[in-house]
Order: sequence, then C-alpha cells, then structure tokens
Amino acid sequence: MAFDYEKYLRPGKLPHIWCPGCGHGIVMKGLIRAMDTLKLDMKNTAIVSGIGCASRLPGYIDCCTLHTAHGRAAAFATGVKMAKPEMNVILCGGDGDGTAIGGNHFIHACRRNIDMTYIIMNNYIYGMTGGQFSPCTPTGHKASTTPYGNPDPGFDIAKLAIGAGATFVARGTAFHANQIDKLIAEAIQHKGFSVVEILDDCPTTYGRRNKYKSVIEMMNRLKEVAVPVKAAEKMTAEQLKGKVLTGVLYKDDTKSDYTTEYAKVIERAQAK
Amino acid sequence: MAKKVAFMQGNEAAAHGALYAGCNFFGGYPITPSTEVSEVLSIELPKVGGKFIQMEDEIGAMAACLGASLTGAKALTSTSGPGLSLKQELIGYGCIAEIPCVVFNVMRGGPSTGMPTGPSQSDVMCAKWGTHGDHATIALMPASVQECYDMVAEAFSLAEKYRMPVHVLPDEIIAHMRERIEFREPGEIEITPRKAPTVPPEQYKPYDTSFGDVPPLANFGSGYRYHVTGLNKMQDGFPTTKAEIVQAEEERQVRKVDACIDDIVTFEEYMLDDAEVVVVAYGSTSRSARYAVNAAREQGINAGMFRIKTFWPFPDKQIKALAAKVKGFIIPEMNLGMCSIELERCAQGKIPVLGIFRVDGEPINPEQIVEKIKEVK
Ligand SMILES: Cc1ncc(C[n+]2csc(CCOP(=O)(O)OP(=O)(O)O)c2C)c(N)n1
Ligand code: SF4
Repeated sequence: MAFDYEKYLRPGKLPHIWCPGCGHGIVMKGLIRAMDTLKLDMKNTAIVSGIGCASRLPGYIDCCTLHTAHGRAAAFATGVKMAKPEMNVILCGGDGDGTAIGGNHFIHACRRNIDMTYIIMNNYIYGMTGGQFSPCTPTGHKASTTPYGNPDPGFDIAKLAIGAGATFVARGTAFHANQIDKLIAEAIQHKGFSVVEILDDCPTTYGRRNKYKSVIEMMNRLKEVAVPVKAAEKMTAEQLKGKVLTGVLYKDDTKSDYTTEYAKVIERAQAK
Repeated sequence: MAKKVAFMQGNEAAAHGALYAGCNFFGGYPITPSTEVSEVLSIELPKVGGKFIQMEDEIGAMAACLGASLTGAKALTSTSGPGLSLKQELIGYGCIAEIPCVVFNVMRGGPSTGMPTGPSQSDVMCAKWGTHGDHATIALMPASVQECYDMVAEAFSLAEKYRMPVHVLPDEIIAHMRERIEFREPGEIEITPRKAPTVPPEQYKPYDTSFGDVPPLANFGSGYRYHVTGLNKMQDGFPTTKAEIVQAEEERQVRKVDACIDDIVTFEEYMLDDAEVVVVAYGSTSRSARYAVNAAREQGINAGMFRIKTFWPFPDKQIKALAAKVKGFIIPEMNLGMCSIELERCAQGKIPVLGIFRVDGEPINPEQIVEKIKEVK
C-alpha cells in the first residue's frame, strides 16, 4: 500500500514553494516517514526552522511549527525544549542558515547536547536569495557572488557537529531517499543532540552555474560520491578520494543530555 | 502579617518582581550593568522549578525566550545597550509573531561598548525604533528600586495582555543603587494570565481577529497545532503577500496598543496644579528633578514635575494638555535630547522646550535643573 503522506500534511498548504527538482521535498517526505515510523504525537512535536528554501519545510507539516529568523532555529528550539522537555523538537534548515549566520547557535546546541534533532539540508548554496556561496560551497565552485570561483574552503558539517559535541551525527543524500527516514528516525530516538546532514541539490541556483545539465546529473553525482561508512572501511585512501561518507557517522550514548542535567540543577536547588 | 522588606539593588529587585509575576524562564547573556538580574534568577528559578539558561549571545537569549514563551512560559531576558542592539531582529520577530516576553534593559553609555559602567538614558529610542518595520512598543521607566520590582511584574501582564515583547528600561543608577523595598503580597499587583483559546484545536487560528485585536494564544504542546512565522501572515499564521491582508494585520499590530493607550500609560504628577514651569523627567533624573522643583518653589518659582513612567507609548495627551497650560518644559536627560524630540512634537512650538543633556557618565544634578527653570520667562 502506498504511504499516506497527506495524513501528516496541513490541508490546503500545497503546492509547496520548491522548484521542480529541488531535493528539499525528498527530505520532507523522509521526515514524514520517520515521524510515522516512530508514531510521534504531532500535538507534542515541534518543528523549528530558520530562513531559506529549506526552512519552509515546517509549514507543510501538521504539528507545532515555528519558522523563525535566519540562523536562529537552534536558539528558539532550545527555548522550546528547555521550557517543555517532554516535547519532541526537530529543527531543519539549509546549510547557509545553519553554518553561516546560525553557526554559533548550532555549535552551542551540539555542545549542550540538548535532546533535539537537527536536519540540515546541504545544497552547497544560498538557494532562496538566488545562489550566493555558503560556507559549504566547495572551493573553486561558482555562485552568484563567486563569479571567478569560490576562494573559500567549505565546512564539513558532520565533523563540525562531532567536534562541537553532538552525540549522534549521520549523513544521507537526496538520491538515497529510502535511507533518509531511517537516519532521521534513529536520530530522533537518540537522547541528545543529533544532526542529520542530507546532501541535497539546488538545480536552480547551483546546478545551473556549475554546469550540471539536469537534475538527474546532480542526483547521479550524489549517488557517485556517497560511500556508506561500512563499505568505506574496506576502501583505500586513494579509493576514498573525493567521496563522502554516508550513514551513521558518530554515536555516543554515554553523555547525558541538557534537560536531564538541568533537572538535576532543579533537584539540587530544591534540596537546599 | 508584616510585609517582607529588603534592602537591595534595582537589578535584584527586578529579578524578584519577575518571580512575583510567575516568571519561569530566563534566557540571557552576561553584560554589565545588568548581570545581577541573571545571577539572582540562576539561584531562584530552579528553586521554583523554573528554567535558567545562559545562551551563547543576546540573539540566542532573545530567541530562547520567544521559543519558551510559545510553550506558555513567562520569559524574561535582561541586557544592556550592545545586547539590546543584538536583540533587535528578534524583538521584531516577537512583535510580528505576537509572542509575549519581557526585555529588561539597563541603560549604559553608548553607542557600541561606550561606557559599560556609566549611567545613561540613551536607549529610549532604540527600544522604540531599534527593530525595523512598523510595530507597537511598550516601555516602562522605573525611578526607584521598588519600581524595578513593580514594573517588571507589570510588564509581564502587559506582555500577555497585548501579546508582545515589553521593555523595562532602568538607567544604570536605578539598576545599581540600593533602597528599601517591599515584596508585594499576592494580588497587590494584578497578574494578567495569557488569553487562552476558547475554541477546539480544529478551529483555532493564532491570529483570529474575531476575538479582538489581541487574539488568544495557544501554548505549544497543549493540544493545539499551528504555525508561527516572521513573515507577514494571515489569521491562520501562514505567510501571505496579499496587500489588503498585510495592510490590515500591520495596522492591527500597532492599533492593539494605540487604542488602549489610556489603560497603558502611567505617570506621576508632582506639584502641577499651579505649575508654570514643568520639568518632564524619567528614571533617576526624575529624582534630581523632584529636588529641583522643591528648591525652585523655595525661591518663589511655581515649578512642577511630570514624571514619565510609561515612556512608550508616549504620554502625548498629558504632555499636550500641559503644553497648552504652562510657560515652558525643562527636560533633563542622560542623552543628547531623545525625549526632547517627543516633547517638541507634543508642544508644537507653543512653549519652549529647554534641555539639559548629559552623556558624560555623570548624573544630572538638581542645581543644573534649577538654573534651567529660571531661564523660562
Ligand atoms: C538576517 C538575515 N540576513 C539575510 C537574510 C537573507 N536570506 C534569506 S534565506 C538566505 C540563505 C538561505 O540559504 P540556505 O540556508 O542554505 O537555504 P536554501 O535556501 O539553500 O534552502 C539568506 C541569506 C535574511 N532573511 N535574514
Ligand atoms: S532555489 Fe534551489 S533550494 Fe530553493 S527551492 Fe529552488 S531548487 Fe530548492
């Protein structure tokens, strides 16, 4: 039987704003399937985003949704989770939103290990504003503000998250659509700050400038560069050159999460 | 039973006023001269099961407060000049998305890092106009430690009543000086709860104006599912660019305060009955002004004081009535003439508005004010 996405969508809010061929919709479908797998109580679930094409995702899903300001999703979400730890809190947004203007909130959410799941859709570009380079645009690539090729090195979001203290870090791609829900479901189940990076595509502002002839070509690139962590173990450094690891990259179940720690603060304060 | 009294700082009193009002969430970032508010609340909030979080910056602190408030928490942030500048985008978010919270901003010298420990009153325009776009503003001006307590408590009620961020703006003198204060008994200051929805979740719209200019706000996690955005929105909370809806919603968000100005505005009239020269003052400066009015009267001048307690919305009606009656306004303020602009606007050239403006980190003393009073012919 076909999966019933509509059950989770807000009536009357489609069509979505995304361009044909944009990967953000694939990620949204993955999130919905994950929510369904976990039977999340939608009344008790908040999806919080920043600003950008990716950040429009929450509006379509029928739960408590908070479309904040550019880069601030993690900070708003921290307030939601602190005030109501029993809520499921999911964040989403683009690479620009999360690693440029929102980079500070991102690393501190990782450091606190606050029990939320952050889905970051990395299309290597600022899509919504017309294709300026982001901190994830690869060196040498073209954006509307790097007409001679990007001089900046890009971030590795997963490494950044691990370094900052996130206790679950995974990566998938929009091509490997069937894995997305599994990664997100595992991330939501993890107690602590979990990050799921989905390598995504923006045919409109990135593909065009970087000589991808079609969405299919962009998707094929995702297929080619992705190597599951298990498979990578058997590969040489030479073979791994230019590849990107996918799957669950890091998991640490030993660290306590932030709201649990704060509950202990309350206990100590009240014991006095 | 005797009232609980204490000898404390304005900042400490503000924290206790917040607790009186039921504050159960604080998000902040340390900055002189406001840090004591967070220090007190880091101790007191967990005792009552509340949450205290020190965020990574003031933007994050503001965001956390707005997020917490959406779940029903009564949220406070405290800061000072540079922090107020950083909070501005999200204060605007609170205005457009209509999320209650209280911003306690201790005014120090500026711009930029300015004089971190010097008193100032130069954030009054920043509180009003700091965030971009049209929006209503409510800002209260304590002039004593007791008023820090009382006004913070009142600010929580105003925030809920009008569904918006509310400012409390003490200057550094008020925030750091110590005075005797009384802790209020339950019921002594009215605590307005959040207007909860009366319709079932299927019918709920977060900006449903059939309930008036301030629609009920459902808490996240209470069974109501809805959307919140910083884009111009329709009654159901979803973005729109439809001209007539945007216009109507923007106007409502300003009107909700403007139409209730008489309920919101508070002030103190001191010796105004026969006054010919009126010192308009606020915050710590009003303490010098009171002294100056007494001194001028001893010298046979009919002086009086109008003390602004609610700075925004500005007490236009009262100031205009005075302008029609008296010979001149004196405005002492620790900035280069911010309130003065408002007085000029209200006086419409009918009477002179004489300013005493100090930004050197020193308080305005009564003698300066008396001298100015004498200049009014
Ligand atoms: C404070 C602020 N600065 C800049 C912008 C403009 N802006 C909107 S979306 C965006 C970039 C979005 O890129 P990304 O987060 O990667 O998401 P995408 O659109 O690619 O999905 C920018 C710069 C803004 N809305 N707010
Ligand atoms: S501009 Fe790019 S990121 Fe935005 S919707 Fe179109 S394809 Fe997607």
